[in-house]
Amino acid sequence: MTALLTLDGVSRRFGGLKAVDDVSFDVNESEIVGLIGPNGSGKTTLINLITGVHPATAGHVHFDGHDITRQRPYRIARLGLARTFQIVQPFPRMTVVENVAAGALFCGHASDVREARAIAREHLEFTGLADMADRPAATLTLARRKRLELAKSLAMRPRLLMLDEVNAGLNPTEIEEALAIIRKIAEQGVTIIVIEHLMKVVLSISHRLVVLHHGQLIAQGTPRKVVADKRVIEAYLGAKYAAGNPGVSN
Amino acid sequence: MRSWLALVVIAALVAALPLAGNNYALRLATTVCMYSVMAQSWNFIGGLAGYPSFATAAFFGLGAYASAILQNRGVPMVPAWAGAGLAALLFAAFLGGAILHLRGHYFAIASLIVAEMLREIVNTLPDFTGGGKGVNLPLLKLSVTGQAQFFFYAMLALAVLTVATTIVIHRSKLGFGLRCIQQNESAADIIGINTYAYKTAGFSLSAVFVGVAGAIYASWVNYIDPPDVFDVLISVKPMVMVLLGGLGTIFGPSIGAVILLLLEEAVWRNFLTIHVAALGAIIVVLVLFLPNGLLALIRERSPTKAMAK
Amino acid sequence: MIYLQIAANGLVLGGLYACIAVGFSLVWGVLNVINILHGSFIVLGSYVAYFAYVHLGIHPFISIFIAGGVLYALGYVVQAGIINRVVSAPVLITLTLTFGLDLILNNTMLVAFTADYRGIALAHPLGSLEIGTVFLPGDRVAAMALAILLTILLYRLLRDSTIGRAIIAVRMDREAAALMGVDVKRINAITFAIGAFMAGAAGALLSIIFPISPLNGPVFLGKAFVVCVLGGLGSVPGALAGGLLLGVIESFTSYWLGPERAVTVSFALLLVLLFVRPSGLMGRRGYE
Repeated sequence: MTALLTLDGVSRRFGGLKAVDDVSFDVNESEIVGLIGPNGSGKTTLINLITGVHPATAGHVHFDGHDITRQRPYRIARLGLARTFQIVQPFPRMTVVENVAAGALFCGHASDVREARAIAREHLEFTGLADMADRPAATLTLARRKRLELAKSLAMRPRLLMLDEVNAGLNPTEIEEALAIIRKIAEQGVTIIVIEHLMKVVLSISHRLVVLHHGQLIAQGTPRKVVADKRVIEAYLGAKYAAGNPGVSN
Repeated sequence: MRSWLALVVIAALVAALPLAGNNYALRLATTVCMYSVMAQSWNFIGGLAGYPSFATAAFFGLGAYASAILQNRGVPMVPAWAGAGLAALLFAAFLGGAILHLRGHYFAIASLIVAEMLREIVNTLPDFTGGGKGVNLPLLKLSVTGQAQFFFYAMLALAVLTVATTIVIHRSKLGFGLRCIQQNESAADIIGINTYAYKTAGFSLSAVFVGVAGAIYASWVNYIDPPDVFDVLISVKPMVMVLLGGLGTIFGPSIGAVILLLLEEAVWRNFLTIHVAALGAIIVVLVLFLPNGLLALIRERSPTKAMAK
Repeated sequence: MIYLQIAANGLVLGGLYACIAVGFSLVWGVLNVINILHGSFIVLGSYVAYFAYVHLGIHPFISIFIAGGVLYALGYVVQAGIINRVVSAPVLITLTLTFGLDLILNNTMLVAFTADYRGIALAHPLGSLEIGTVFLPGDRVAAMALAILLTILLYRLLRDSTIGRAIIAVRMDREAAALMGVDVKRINAITFAIGAFMAGAAGALLSIIFPISPLNGPVFLGKAFVVCVLGGLGSVPGALAGGLLLGVIESFTSYWLGPERAVTVSFALLLVLLFVRPSGLMGRRGYE
């Protein structure tokens, strides 16, 4: 079975700094993969490389049989890759429903604005934002804006969804709600990569973990195996503590 | 569909103007229609997409000269106008490739420089364009009143066409995409919008009608020269009109055009020597006190209307 | 050998271009405002020098400080009173505002002084300088030297004085500077005023070389743009390098293609640069 997403020796330099250094791994269809690592380990840069925001300085990325290494972001999006941003990126002055409609219109196969809005409302129901539909996106609380980001990505009907720190800044209740939605998404057959540094969260939801440190991939495997990995513990100080205590993480 | 209704009603009312029999009013109205075209056009790239283009004068002058050159080589007037529009469209599409990847100030400057360069190029090709001495256009065989009416209707038709295009674009995928680009270009990229193509489309739209307006203007005044049709104020006044009427709205640009030109008429009649300074003062007051335009001011008074849009 | 003369002419001109541009570059780099008034400020400086010479016999080189002072005051008032209100607004707003202000200033000068070109004919010119086969008018060389001196003084001011440090801080990161206790509003006004001072001073120097008229405002502004894009924003060494480069390029273009083409060529160069490398040759990250 060929993997949905394949990274092969992917690197990215910024001047003298190697933000991502020779990273290779696969993601299979319907998996939930947790991408973890200490702050500054290159997780977001890696996502940026996959989605075409920055070009890789070495290596290849293949998605669903296509070589997307040098593709522009919008083409990669239309192939079925969606991502959320760590710092949410809504269209601030548009309403919530318009934000989601944008996803449906430019990627999710809605043929015109009207149809896109209708599809958007369905996704708002799914993510629990239906009562905010006509408010400007900028007026939402952070938790709701994160959910909006999620709804927007879903409207793009992605095959692979990358969630970049979707839980940053949320309280425990909000995190539980977000996790429930992520599980629902996975049930619909969407492959998911979750970037997280809250260990409890990522352990509870991932089939598999991939660990980055200083831009390099230092371990991958089942959560149990990875958490016990010496290199991971060394790099990711506090993993032992964080596993038992969700509030204390690095 | 209130917008279509409004457009039809206003167009019908304005079209009745020649009945008043006042040639001066007709000429003023022709100018208003012309600037309405330019303001509505600028709104595509400046209001919807958020790219502050100073290229309007470039498109206007290009259209004027394209039409003049075509007509002086025997092409009839109206096809020459269409040719001018096409020339402006192609120029914008080509230019867009060169400058639309720039943001903010750099884009503004680049677009400003383009008009200056076109003016210089026209100046230095006298065999082709008449150079600094300008170029004459064929006269229409109509009476003074007849001409006034003819060009009034021509500009009015163009203005109606431009506003109609605005209405269509606003509701369309292109309009939606341009607004996304304006509010967050990175997010627009990620969501599947081909930002390069959309911006080029917006930029081309901002050019085509302006090119035709330049061509009609040239035929109307029968003589054009570089400082006249490449004047930087041709770029700036439409921007001010859109700011006045409301960025990114459907009718705002035309409303701004009417108000600014009527204001100018009032001032110009009385204070010829400080005409330009008066315009400057209006701009300063507008920017400082009404940055969201008049339409926004009115919307604030009636919140229900704002929601209904 | 004629190329040496052309290059020398270009360098002399270039030194003046650097002085023209450095104030503009500073304002753009620090306030993120493109000051369309800059060209008119330069012209106003020229007029101050002109009237000081014609009515009071003050040599334009002395008028550097008079013109500079007048423009400093004007610049401060304009910035503190008007531009400061929209300093964080999008490009469209700030650019339109300075454009409108320039319309007012330019028109006022046209009314006050008429569009007639005036010139200063120095009663005691400094003769010619002869270096090998190169002839250079003494006054122009002196003007260039003073222009470069002023530019260097500005550089030192930015580097060594407290105010200068504050200005650089604001240029690097406005919010961080505010958090450090810098009064950003005051720094904005001072920076703009310094930019105006440099414009006035440049105007005084230019008064003995170029004809003086409000119609020349846009010409100087255009040169300032090109130098900024050549040399990078907010960078004094960049303005110096860019200015000298532009001067030499224009000089050679004038010789090969005729003086009318010089402007077109510098604009074409600008467009090419914007397409390829908007942050300028010196590579300093500029504001967008």
